[in-house]
Amino acid sequence: MNPSPEDRPRPRFPWFGATTGALLLFGIVLVVLRFVFGLGFATNLDNATPWGLWTAFKLIFVALAASGYVMTAAVYLFGRHDYHALVRPAVLSGFLGYTLFILILLFDLGRSWRILFPFLVQPGTTSALFEIAICVALYYTTQFLELAPAGFEWLRWRRLRKLAVAATAGLTVLGVLLSMLHQSTLGALYLMVPSKLHVLWYSPNIPLHFFLSSIVGGVSMTMTIGWLCQRVYAERFAVDRDQLDRLTLGLAKAGALALAVYVSAKGVDLALEDKWAALHSPAGAWYLVELVGFGLAPAALLAIAHREGRPSLARMGAALAIVGIVMNRLNVAVLMFNRNLPADDRYVPSWMEYGVVIFLLALAVMIFRLVVRRMPILAAHPDFRQPQLP
Amino acid sequence: MNFTRRGWLAGVAASLAGLKTAQASGSNRAFRSYPGRLGLLHDSTLCIGCRSCEAACNNVNSLGPPADPLDDPSVFERTRKLSTRLYTVVNRYMPAQGRRAPVYRKHQCMHCNEPCCASVCFVKAFIKTPEGPVLYDPDLCVGCRYCVFVCPYYALTYEFNEPATPRVGRCTMCYPRIRQGLQPACAEACPAGAIQYGRRDDLLELARARIRKYPDRYRPHIFGENEWGGTSWLTIYGQPLATLDLPDEPSHAPLPTLITGHLSLAPVAAAIVPGLLAGIYALAHRRDEGLPKNGQRPTTSLPDSPTPAKKKDGHEPLA
Repeated sequence: MNPSPEDRPRPRFPWFGATTGALLLFGIVLVVLRFVFGLGFATNLDNATPWGLWTAFKLIFVALAASGYVMTAAVYLFGRHDYHALVRPAVLSGFLGYTLFILILLFDLGRSWRILFPFLVQPGTTSALFEIAICVALYYTTQFLELAPAGFEWLRWRRLRKLAVAATAGLTVLGVLLSMLHQSTLGALYLMVPSKLHVLWYSPNIPLHFFLSSIVGGVSMTMTIGWLCQRVYAERFAVDRDQLDRLTLGLAKAGALALAVYVSAKGVDLALEDKWAALHSPAGAWYLVELVGFGLAPAALLAIAHREGRPSLARMGAALAIVGIVMNRLNVAVLMFNRNLPADDRYVPSWMEYGVVIFLLALAVMIFRLVVRRMPILAAHPDFRQPQLP
Repeated sequence: MNFTRRGWLAGVAASLAGLKTAQASGSNRAFRSYPGRLGLLHDSTLCIGCRSCEAACNNVNSLGPPADPLDDPSVFERTRKLSTRLYTVVNRYMPAQGRRAPVYRKHQCMHCNEPCCASVCFVKAFIKTPEGPVLYDPDLCVGCRYCVFVCPYYALTYEFNEPATPRVGRCTMCYPRIRQGLQPACAEACPAGAIQYGRRDDLLELARARIRKYPDRYRPHIFGENEWGGTSWLTIYGQPLATLDLPDEPSHAPLPTLITGHLSLAPVAAAIVPGLLAGIYALAHRRDEGLPKNGQRPTTSLPDSPTPAKKKDGHEPLA
């Protein structure tokens, strides 16, 4: 007899529902407070530092959401169909990353209800933010359409699913183009403030650095999401542990390469802009911690893991790489910004700013879980398994 | 995807054409400014710190009286900042070596020739008027605060405590008054003649004449003449800029030129990247031409790689 739905294995984390529920409620209260009392109440932003922790997390969410364009490019453009099982989780994770970006943007804007003004009322085409707005809007749509086949399979709408699948290659090309543009332009936002950003983190090449680190973020997040799905949803995942380990090792090679390119680019930047003298300072030491400890070291770990066939070492390398990206964005947006100001005027995020970030992370986890348990993300829908017979 | 060599060559040609067009349009010529435009000259050595300018400015902008009382000299013990209730501020600075009299300087929006606030606004809420002032339109503002973020003079402020209608606060160079032929309120109110209003070219001449006439009193430099493309507000002063909280020797290139190079890459990327990616797709899928066109692959991993295509004359087939 078929096992009934009630005979599912007991949940591994019984406190999960209560914790995420509490965080959700806490977050909603914070958001309401932010809109009722204003940004001054909910944040420690001021005229000298109008962008703070939420901006840092906008950058972080987008950099780590790069798993979408990286995996679709790998599978559909570079033809690495052996990674096919990881595409849908990567795209879903990317889509959620951009969802968090949009949500935190809505909280951060002074008049969020006017968010469509650049498109509907008057476009400020000289602005980097305008390019980001257009690219993110288009890319969000692209990712939604890339997830559409999974949705249509779940709804069993065959015709629409066929249409959506046919668009895959085109959407992937569009996704890579849009990602190249907005990932780099998020870095370009900082081009106009050379006097405010610490010399080691400021560079005319900051757009390139942000783009390269987004590739690293995409690969690392895919490895991490794959591992989490294997740990938590092993029974649903189409790949078993050995298969995932093989894929992880392959991704480790890509990640090592991407990190090596990124670290080299930063090294070249140090030389071109003659920043060596700036390394002899506490900030310089911190820069080296970020670049070497969480840039070069994970590159080495990933390379060694690939060579030696050690998937757990690869996952450690991926985790360090993710920390490095988070560090870099936090440094650029908060810690190394406005360092010339007197200590009293320097910005420190408020507890509510942290609270909103934690709330959004919990929201992302909840939505990921919801979608993965209902839609064919971790495995193909039984009605749509290939090959289709005519 | 049916891909031919002809198609690839056509794609490359189109990309090169796109690149050429983008190069022609993405020029970085700095805006030389409207002729005959107006400005203000602040002579820091004449400023006595009476703050009549603050009072007058708050009055014409309906901001209420300045938060710090005008007759209390102890307010100068700390560096006060601009705010949404204080569009201009006078601060006292330590006198340079060899001098004893306290030094004051008035700070406000500099109304740059090529303002970065106008450049970064993604709804074009700022405009640089031909008369000189940079204006802000709160009816367009979305509150992103990118303008506040980029201003190198920290001249813009934001109403963080206003939940429903937050606006940017800044000096307007009294644009309505200027249009009526009046002076900006601060220039009119100053009893010490530390603020002169007129055509920017005339003010530059006046400043140079003063510096020539009293070389011991002034540094031989007009701040605002060229800094970051130049500003409408000019300052002459008697001690190092750093001691007056002004940036020392910034670049003459307007700040927006730091980003125009990057932004002009967008059409170039749009022209080149799709062709490049299509080429990569063709290269990666050149062995797949015999397989059915059904877009989706099995979810389980495939065997490592298909058997290599037969070699002819030692060359792999291209497409």
